[in-house]
Amino acid sequence: MHQPYLDQYWLTIKISLITAGGGCVLGLGIAYAVIREGTPRFLRTILTTFSGVAANFAGIPLAFAFIATLGTIGIVTTFMRDHLGYDPYAHGFTVFGETGVEITYMYFQIPLMILVIAPAIDGLRQEWREAASNLGASSWQFWRHVGVPVLLPSILGAFILLFGNSFSAYATAYGLAGNSVFLVPITIGFYYSGNVLSDPHLAQALAFGMFVVLAVMMLLYIPLQRRSARWMR
Amino acid sequence: MRRRWIAPSAVVWLVVAAAFFLIPLIATLLFSLKSIQTGKCCTGAAYSFVIHDDQFWSTIRLSFQLALETIAISLLLFVPTVYLVHLKMPRLRPVLGFMALVPFVVPPIVLVVGLLNLYKGAPSWFYAKPYGFLAAAYVILAFPYMFFALDAGFRSIDVHTLTEASQSLGASWLTTLVRVILPNIRVAALGGSFLTLAIVMGEFTMASLSAFRTFPTYIQFVNESQPYAAAALSLLSFLIVWAAMLALLFVGRGRPRPAQLAATR
Amino acid sequence: MAYLELQELRRAFGPVVALDGIDVSMDRGEFLSLLGPSGCGKTTALRLVAGFDRPDAGSIVIDGKDVTRIAPSRRDMGMVFQAYSLFPNMTAEQNVEFGLRIRKNRRAARRKRVSELLELVGLGHAVKRYPHQLSGGMQQRVALARALAIEPRVLLLDEPLSALDAKVRVQLREEIRRIQTQLGITTLYVTHDQEEALSISDHVAVMSSGRIEQIGTPSEMYRAPATPFVAEFIGTMNRLEAVVVDGERGEVEHGGTRLTVDAARGRSRGERVLVLVRPELLELEPSTDGVGSDNSLVGEVITHTFLGSVTRLKILGREAELIADVPTARVDSLPVGLPVIAHVPVAGTRLLSLSERPASDGPDPGDR
Repeated sequence: MHQPYLDQYWLTIKISLITAGGGCVLGLGIAYAVIREGTPRFLRTILTTFSGVAANFAGIPLAFAFIATLGTIGIVTTFMRDHLGYDPYAHGFTVFGETGVEITYMYFQIPLMILVIAPAIDGLRQEWREAASNLGASSWQFWRHVGVPVLLPSILGAFILLFGNSFSAYATAYGLAGNSVFLVPITIGFYYSGNVLSDPHLAQALAFGMFVVLAVMMLLYIPLQRRSARWMR
Repeated sequence: MRRRWIAPSAVVWLVVAAAFFLIPLIATLLFSLKSIQTGKCCTGAAYSFVIHDDQFWSTIRLSFQLALETIAISLLLFVPTVYLVHLKMPRLRPVLGFMALVPFVVPPIVLVVGLLNLYKGAPSWFYAKPYGFLAAAYVILAFPYMFFALDAGFRSIDVHTLTEASQSLGASWLTTLVRVILPNIRVAALGGSFLTLAIVMGEFTMASLSAFRTFPTYIQFVNESQPYAAAALSLLSFLIVWAAMLALLFVGRGRPRPAQLAATR
Repeated sequence: MAYLELQELRRAFGPVVALDGIDVSMDRGEFLSLLGPSGCGKTTALRLVAGFDRPDAGSIVIDGKDVTRIAPSRRDMGMVFQAYSLFPNMTAEQNVEFGLRIRKNRRAARRKRVSELLELVGLGHAVKRYPHQLSGGMQQRVALARALAIEPRVLLLDEPLSALDAKVRVQLREEIRRIQTQLGITTLYVTHDQEEALSISDHVAVMSSGRIEQIGTPSEMYRAPATPFVAEFIGTMNRLEAVVVDGERGEVEHGGTRLTVDAARGRSRGERVLVLVRPELLELEPSTDGVGSDNSLVGEVITHTFLGSVTRLKILGREAELIADVPTARVDSLPVGLPVIAHVPVAGTRLLSLSERPASDGPDPGDR
């Protein structure tokens, strides 16, 4: 395989790893905050519904929403420029670049994580938290010794799902920068619809490459799925 | 009794989450209200443009019709299948479950390339109008959501007992399916349907690559020429998905609903 | 000198008052049970002591120090929950070791203590098993060992046996008591099972609707219940509503029948009272002519309930249903349908006034 394509695979994988990791951590934090004892129940319903919407919102509209937020004349960009004296674009940031794509992807990665990890968090019994506290453990110690180990299979499974989701994303990236973002899905589309260079075979080869990456991921997902059922009785 | 006050760390998480998720929406709203002349707030010109654009209506109609077609085909195909698997072939359930994960993870981009190859020999009417090829593709795309919804629905009723009771009273298979089973999985079927609706109304990749003019492709088209109108459209598209979700929530109330978006305590 | 004190603890959840100002005082090494039906506030009280909740008013004092504001992880108490509290990702051994690891004890010392404790609770052979591989009873033993590992000042148990089979329950409660006595650790135990509470506690506090009805030794609670609620809750009791006729001679009238009970002496005429008679004190004999004799009530046997060595008979009297416990060997002479006479003992009954609530601590000095 040629070098530029390998670069693209690497870039796509890199972005997928980052958004999957970020989605896992942030999604877990938010989901736990909403489900744990003490938080009003209605917030959970709101979060779940919103997550369902946000996870499906991916695509052109989402890309546009982030252009409106972080683009050159986006609301947040303008705010930072006028009120905080900081111009992200002067520092090399662009919403169409790698970081911009990652931030945008988070908008559907985090909700997906929330939806996937919520049942596992439900399985975290309040008694464990209280017993740990009773035995002298701090919050951090609880998570380290009990919380994360118990949730780990589910978290890993979710990570893989998020990775796959990000790796496959096409519409959002397309909406952000059309054909000028060098992600594998975009390139496939580019070669297939043939604006400048039509090369369906190349497109198919690239597609197959994607398929291989994802198949490997799926093969890792299945045993992890089975393990996570064990803790939950 | 459990404690009744919210943990401070939870508040922090929730506030930050709310900010991250709401700001882009607010930004889109503000953009959509900008006027082309002054570049500032506030005018409904973008919305008015959209509403008066014929293409807006034709593409929404197309997407909606496609959604309905996809839902119809999906239900026709999957309800009997899942029913049969639950009833007669429980061993196949995990297999189906695995198959349901595949379209979820295989990117639509790969899917569409593969499908276009697959259907190479199909008659031209299948290709020319979206109702053929694209609907078929969408059924595959919707399969995971439909399957998980229906599967959960079937799991929550006692399929064997209902079927046997119905048959012992003399009903045929068809009658059993239509009169006994269907009403009991109504909630699950509706849930899957609303999700499919949201998906089809938002699907861009396949439609764009197969050069059909659906609502999402229209948004992208407008995006390239009229940014403020595109903002209005984005917001509209978001509201459509919201409406579908709320309908799902509403339909699910008061019945043992499929553990789809929300887990039970 | 009181070791653990609960002073005027109050806790409300919105409009619902779970605890309405309770006072409890325990000596070092004492075993006290909080006993009551669901919703009486006993678990709320325990959770306040553990620190999982903060009282609206009142304080918790241990060995002279007020701990009300201290976080649960620093109160140095061991708690055994009702169920599901073992960490599923750790073996029994690792679970018990957890508290010691947090305190950064040395590994050798930890290992030693863990195996000591697991031996103490009778699980020396199952140390490497995971919770899902242990039966309910075994899990609770591990939970107990885990709570004791950190050598807590106070041991708290929240209905630890409720989720277990009946036979295991009896066995385990005796073991809990044995271990507690051996270690001399101050223990607060919550349960809704009165037999459990009575059989293993030094003192029992009966609670209802957020208040303590009575605190006393098990035998005090049984012989001399201070309020109608306690009388109903502890054991089975015959309740006869009556009116005092002659306070000097201790005569009351119940449903047209005159009865003499010592406990009625000193009461004023016309006072409405509740005469309480334990089932085992009601003597039965077949009635030949349907007429009562001295100090007795008439009725008909309607059911037999076999309870093992004793059979419980239900008798339909003129005014109320009576319950009498009869040795099973005798029961054939009292078949269902037989008219009987039930003798009410003159001494040994208890009387409660229905017009006011009496004090709820200690036995009534006027009781016999």
